[in-house]
Amino acid sequence: MPDTALLHVENLTASVEEKTILHQVNLDVPAGETHVLMGPNGAGKSTLGHLVMGDPVYTVNDGRIFFDGEDVTDLTTDKRSRAGLFLSFQAPVEIPGVPLSSFLRASIAGRPGLEMKGKEFRRRVKELAAELDMDTAYLNRELGVGFSGGEKKKVEMLQLLLLQPKLAILDETDSGLDVDALSVVSRGMDAYRKSCNGSMLIITHNTRILEHLSVDRVHVMVKGHVVRTDDASLIPWIDENGFESFEREAANAAANAQ
Amino acid sequence: MAKNRTEVADIDRSLYDFTYGEEGFERLAAGITPDIVREISSKKDEPEWMLELRLKSLDIFNRFPNPTWGPGIDGLDMDNIVTYVKPNTDQKHDWDSVPDDIKNTFERLGIPEAERSYLAGVGAQYDSELVYHNMQDTASKMGIVYSGIEEALHDPQWEPIIRENFMTVIPPTDHKFAALHGAVWSGGSFVYVPAGTKLDFPLQSYFRLNAKGAGQFEHTLIIVEDDADLHFIEGCSAPKYNVANLHAGAVELIVGKRAHLRYSTIENWSKNMYNLNTKRARVDEDGEIEWISGSFGSHVGYLYPMSVLNGARARSSFTGITFAGAGQNLDTGCKVVLNAPDTTASVETKGISKSGGVQTFRSSIVATPRAEGAKATVSCQSLMLDAESRSDTIPAMDIRAKNVDVGHEATIGRIGDDKIFYLMSRGISEEEARTMIVNGFANPVSKELPLEYAVEMNNLIKLEMEGAIG
Repeated sequence: MPDTALLHVENLTASVEEKTILHQVNLDVPAGETHVLMGPNGAGKSTLGHLVMGDPVYTVNDGRIFFDGEDVTDLTTDKRSRAGLFLSFQAPVEIPGVPLSSFLRASIAGRPGLEMKGKEFRRRVKELAAELDMDTAYLNRELGVGFSGGEKKKVEMLQLLLLQPKLAILDETDSGLDVDALSVVSRGMDAYRKSCNGSMLIITHNTRILEHLSVDRVHVMVKGHVVRTDDASLIPWIDENGFESFEREAANAAANAQ
Repeated sequence: MAKNRTEVADIDRSLYDFTYGEEGFERLAAGITPDIVREISSKKDEPEWMLELRLKSLDIFNRFPNPTWGPGIDGLDMDNIVTYVKPNTDQKHDWDSVPDDIKNTFERLGIPEAERSYLAGVGAQYDSELVYHNMQDTASKMGIVYSGIEEALHDPQWEPIIRENFMTVIPPTDHKFAALHGAVWSGGSFVYVPAGTKLDFPLQSYFRLNAKGAGQFEHTLIIVEDDADLHFIEGCSAPKYNVANLHAGAVELIVGKRAHLRYSTIENWSKNMYNLNTKRARVDEDGEIEWISGSFGSHVGYLYPMSVLNGARARSSFTGITFAGAGQNLDTGCKVVLNAPDTTASVETKGISKSGGVQTFRSSIVATPRAEGAKATVSCQSLMLDAESRSDTIPAMDIRAKNVDVGHEATIGRIGDDKIFYLMSRGISEEEARTMIVNGFANPVSKELPLEYAVEMNNLIKLEMEGAIG
């Protein structure tokens, strides 16, 4: 494996309930870079994000996932998190009865360099909340319960900034957000990159969130295949032309293969 | 002086250390006889009316059938019920005889060494006199009586009041084990709050009733007079171990006009226990009863705190949680009788089952013809932690008045894999994630408890989740 890449996905084939969703996917995200994973709905982008994080819903049929020089393919999700991986969820869950602050506290517990004493923790979380235009009253509310879509995404960004992972996979963090929330998310991504020179894999089908970002590579996924990897110039091109040509190519390739 | 003594009143086991002549033994062993009941009463030096009540109860006990509608109680030796009343005195009452799982639990709950053997029912009484003293002093300055019920029965000031109320809220005819209780009851608390008196801290029975095996047939009688206010807390999270595995206590609560009583309980019986406890409140006009109830432990449990709302606009609220693990069948819930106009009741319960445990929620709402304008809501949420566990909901409603508004909702679910994955993606282990979700589920109950009890309950859930308690 190339030792330059922070995330190295090698020949990954995966399925859910006997249905193959990813086909021999190869993808590298070197440390410090920002990559974008694009593609039409149902292409398998979120699946790849979840697989890197170890979602047991999916079965790895073939291939390996390396992170920070380690083979993490068989690691449980919590261990991947502690190794420095982070996934921002498209639809964060609700956990009734668990205050957001307790959950945040548990997420940093036992992490070298991140675990904080009560007072320090509260100060840090308040700082981050302010940075994200988040009402600190949310910290005492039950995780996700009654939060709007925008508030849920802010909480995801808050965790990103608190945990300072080596790699953040942001799964459709921009979906369903109004302009204000979108700018908060952009600010969060920016703050993350600056605070710890973090690497990102941004999953989206919408180029708006990318406007203020310096993107290193763009991967296009169609029907479970990575069909194209290129530099940031691909973004305005997709903006104009959509994914149709990629889908056609993929269909032709599949027809030729048969 | 006897009245204000702070003795940790409990069951005096020597009361049950009977000796029988050889020829009588076979007959006695088959059941509880009037002679046994007479002997209990005479050793306690009780008034005649109490002996009569015991004998009447015994007769009812002998005539009534076992319940057949709930969890099996086959493990109780009903043909030899006397063994529960008269525990085997050969049984070693020492620390070594306490099962390991109980010892481990004490350890994990952080119960101090000094208290452990006391709570396990095998040691000398833990010296909690001081704490108890202070609590009682403040209360008694306000005219509140908090004493052992047997002591109160010997006090000419309180004997008539006990006589007037004892087993009127729960008559011996209620069910077989209420009758057994009436016949052989022993120990327990008496609380009397005079009219207009409001106590601003909870009275706790922690320091009393956990003594010496925690009382199998203890009787609690609490009278809160008109316009008075009391919070009473019974029990603690430490598992109560008893060599005899039947608990048939009774709790009778009498709430006056415009009075308020909150009755909080955390019960955690050892897992050999048949807990057939009866708790009931009678509430007068504009009065309010609040039940907070946590049921843990025991092998089989039947527990349905009941509110009888006899006065107009009387209110009842019940917040409860039941956790049934391996080998446990806990049938719990709540009963309300709306027996006056514009009475209201709310029932909110949480049930958790794990490792093959069976948890049943059973409720009964009865609106009598007097209950015009009454309202009741029942909500029950159950969480099954694995495929081998079971949760059931059995709500019953019997409405005999006009303009009564009764609602019921129930959900039974499992922990979503998506929630576990989410928490784990933040570095939280699977076990911790499950515990966090279950504690969150229990939160509506724990937030109603004083902080130290809430912490204990969360620890208890954590232990149950680890399966560390056998």
